[in-house]
Amino acid sequence: MTLNDLLNLKTRELSSRKKITLRCCMAAGCMSSDAKGVKQQLEKAVTESGLQDEVEVRGVGCMKLCCEGPLVQAEPNNTLYVKVTAENAPAIIAALKGGKADVPQTDPNAAFFKKQLSIVLANSGIIDPERIESYIAVDGYQALHEVLTETTPKEVVETMVKSGLRGRGGAGFPTGLKWGTVAKSPGAKKYVVCNADEGDPGAFMDRSVLESDPHSVLEGMAIAAYAVGADQGFIYVRAEYPLAISRLQIAIKQAKQLGVLGSGIFESPFNFNIDIRIGAGAFVCGEETALMASVEGKRGTPRPRPPFPAESGLYGCPTLINNVETFANVPPIYRNGAEWFAGIGTEKSKGTKVFALAGNIKNTGLIEVPMGTPLRTIVEEMGGGAPGGAAIKAVQTGGPSGGCIPAQHLDTPVDYESLGKLGSIMGSGGMIVMDDSSNMVDVARFFMEFCMDESCGKCIPCRAGTVQMHNLLDKILKREATARDLAKLEELCDMVKNTSLCGLGQTAPNPTLSTLRFFRKEYEELLQPDTYGPRGNGEPKKQPAAAAI
Amino acid sequence: MKVRLATVWFGGCSGCHMSFLDLDEFLLELVDLVEIVYSPVVDMKEYPENVDLCLIEGAICNADNLELLHKIRARTKVLVSFGDCAVTANVPAMRNQFGLGNAESVLQRAYIDSAHDNPRLPKEDGIVPPLLARVMPVHEVVHVEHFLPGCPPHAAHIKALVAQLLSGVEPKLEGKQIKFG
Amino acid sequence: MAAKTLTIDGKPITAEEGATVLQAADEAGIRIPTLCHLDGVYDVGACRLCLVEVAGTPKLLPACTTKVAEGMDINTDSERLRKYRRMTLELLFAERNHVCSTCVANGHCELQTLGYSLGMDHVRYDYLFPKWSVDTTHRLFGMDHNRCILCTRCVRVCWHIEGAGTKNVAGRGTKSHIITDLNMPWGESDSCTQCGKCVQACPTGALFHKGSTTGEMERNRGKLEFIVTAREKKQWITPE
Repeated sequence: MTLNDLLNLKTRELSSRKKITLRCCMAAGCMSSDAKGVKQQLEKAVTESGLQDEVEVRGVGCMKLCCEGPLVQAEPNNTLYVKVTAENAPAIIAALKGGKADVPQTDPNAAFFKKQLSIVLANSGIIDPERIESYIAVDGYQALHEVLTETTPKEVVETMVKSGLRGRGGAGFPTGLKWGTVAKSPGAKKYVVCNADEGDPGAFMDRSVLESDPHSVLEGMAIAAYAVGADQGFIYVRAEYPLAISRLQIAIKQAKQLGVLGSGIFESPFNFNIDIRIGAGAFVCGEETALMASVEGKRGTPRPRPPFPAESGLYGCPTLINNVETFANVPPIYRNGAEWFAGIGTEKSKGTKVFALAGNIKNTGLIEVPMGTPLRTIVEEMGGGAPGGAAIKAVQTGGPSGGCIPAQHLDTPVDYESLGKLGSIMGSGGMIVMDDSSNMVDVARFFMEFCMDESCGKCIPCRAGTVQMHNLLDKILKREATARDLAKLEELCDMVKNTSLCGLGQTAPNPTLSTLRFFRKEYEELLQPDTYGPRGNGEPKKQPAAAAI
Repeated sequence: MKVRLATVWFGGCSGCHMSFLDLDEFLLELVDLVEIVYSPVVDMKEYPENVDLCLIEGAICNADNLELLHKIRARTKVLVSFGDCAVTANVPAMRNQFGLGNAESVLQRAYIDSAHDNPRLPKEDGIVPPLLARVMPVHEVVHVEHFLPGCPPHAAHIKALVAQLLSGVEPKLEGKQIKFG
Repeated sequence: MAAKTLTIDGKPITAEEGATVLQAADEAGIRIPTLCHLDGVYDVGACRLCLVEVAGTPKLLPACTTKVAEGMDINTDSERLRKYRRMTLELLFAERNHVCSTCVANGHCELQTLGYSLGMDHVRYDYLFPKWSVDTTHRLFGMDHNRCILCTRCVRVCWHIEGAGTKNVAGRGTKSHIITDLNMPWGESDSCTQCGKCVQACPTGALFHKGSTTGEMERNRGKLEFIVTAREKKQWITPE
């Protein structure tokens, strides 16, 4: 494979395009509402109408407005059909010749779409994720070629540093710095690992990227591997994502066949293979050290850092671990330049962020917005507010490690620092909107239960502490707790946060702490008078014995 | 004025009270300092008002224990969980491991399955108190000021704690004075 | 090996490069509480009792896995650390069924001893009273899961010193438990060499010699030390 071959493939693919394209969402959400049947019937209707030469029915990735699926969009006029059924196919095809189909539609220029800025999701809903040619047609693998033939690994790292990209897995560690550290770590063997063990409740960003545009992740990993000097990559993806796994398998196979992965990529001396490792359903395996243990075939439990994976990771070798969305950002950065990327977003948070918008909100689905977009824009303009006009009470970001941001802070710009200041985190991109029917103590208990169930059991504070915190939250909800119990809960939150071994335990108290910070009244309203407390009046003060006798 | 002292025996083997009697000569000193207003060793049917100090032996196992404990908390200034059963619920709480319905299953085992003749469950309203679903240490039910673990607590440790309490010092057990089991 | 100078609890100390904070403190006569640490086997940093404060680092660090560095200023015994350690122990006591009065290890138990040293006279958290089994299928040893604190010392001595790999951990969270081979009764294990190192390593009464009664459990850690010294230093010294 040479650059010419690549460009020829692109030309051939573009010239084979037909006048009209019907893009059918074939991501997991729409698939679960019979998108496959819709696509089959559309193909059948095209043949029956004798339009084979004019109309292409293309299976594509996520078209973002998941709540309205299955989605079908016609190109070039952009008509967006929603909640399409297989029976609608003939009407949609008939409308291609003019007239209006009696099929529900939505405005493709609505705020939900218009306010988005797609970098990671640029190809999502456009290209066929099961055909590498479709990716090549949108300039796929050109960045990898340029990196391999025209730049040194050091320059690749420098570009990444300049771009200002920060890890999209949640913590926001500067990606360039991480790449540089792995590049500098001594070792003949190095690894690149893609963390696709997305597990936050309500989060489906990484799944959508893998289902919609797997090659962008592969290309990103290959560029990273060249930068750090690795020849082997692993994608650790959870078993609950069968469609993503199957599309990754197809993508890896096609990339190897074309010589953009494997040995002597683009006829250079650079070799890079990618293997898939499938997780067995443990949330903690999204923690990087637990993930590596799992890849090695061991029990997936975290270990203390240092040493960091960059120094001693997989099989004791320097290892670069980035999240799916981080890798998907890589090809566009090298295609368009670090300055272009650094020009998007805020001073400290560059680029865009993908969010899975869910909960009490009208438009649920996938959105990608520039960093610094106010929460209000996302929730009210794009999301359309709570259904039935209910008042928004809070927005939960960061899943079980994050916090609840109350409605009075909706003007907060979405960036790592601003969310951190409110006791939440950017997280991987789960965004759950809650309206005024939500009980915040119940929300805290839900997340604590999640952490309790997902604790690996290795360190005591997380293993035993989450159980006690969960039981205390339960007791409060059942109106059986006193002020002493609440004090105990807060003390445990502090302890578990500061003493747990890994991020799961260290952040497990966050949903409780943030709801206590902004909705303390809801907790206090549930407390019972402390009849049998120290003074029988609910004040948890210790009585000095000397004075008593 | 003498300190009004009570001792009470809930779900336990009375070993803690035996250890209390092991205070030997200190008991004679104690007589000058305290008035025992309620205890298994004195004949007093009703827990009195205005008790200064109460040593509680045993875990909270049945409805009577629970009712009396509430009364004790309301009428006493300082409570001491006295011995492992009061502090940890200890052996009486082993039935808790059998989950919901543990009370029924222990009664079944003791009074039906193991009975040689006339198997029947002890049940007499107002006389035999029903077992609680969960045996609890005292501080799970009411606030407790001080803890003296041990199975039983050594007489020397009892003396140390009681002496500190009576002399008006904030009691603190340290090092070897704390001992479970 | 280069030497590193550091301060532990205000005391200036010199330690070998590569030594852990725990080793350095130990050599200087400063005792940091530990539970999952066992001399001779690798550390996992799981019990969190040996967490120490290092000046300039916002996070608490486990002394057993943190390497000494030049100029480190370490505090091993602050009020905050003591509070966290006591809470950790209380969480452990509440987690399973630790009934000291009926335990073989009563009086020889590291969990108990640590509780005493931190002034733990009661447990503030509600006891969970879980249902756990006792495995007495082995000819020589027994395993009482009620007393297990999941320190994984037994797992590590079995893999690291004996090389048998009989013991491991199954399940997650508070339902984690030590298993034998592929979760079979200990007596049916093919890999167990009956060496008993796991029993010597156990800090509580979870692993015991069959036939020992309450309070009888005394351990011979020297046995483990002997093997580790023989292996690492090629010296066959019988410990006193």
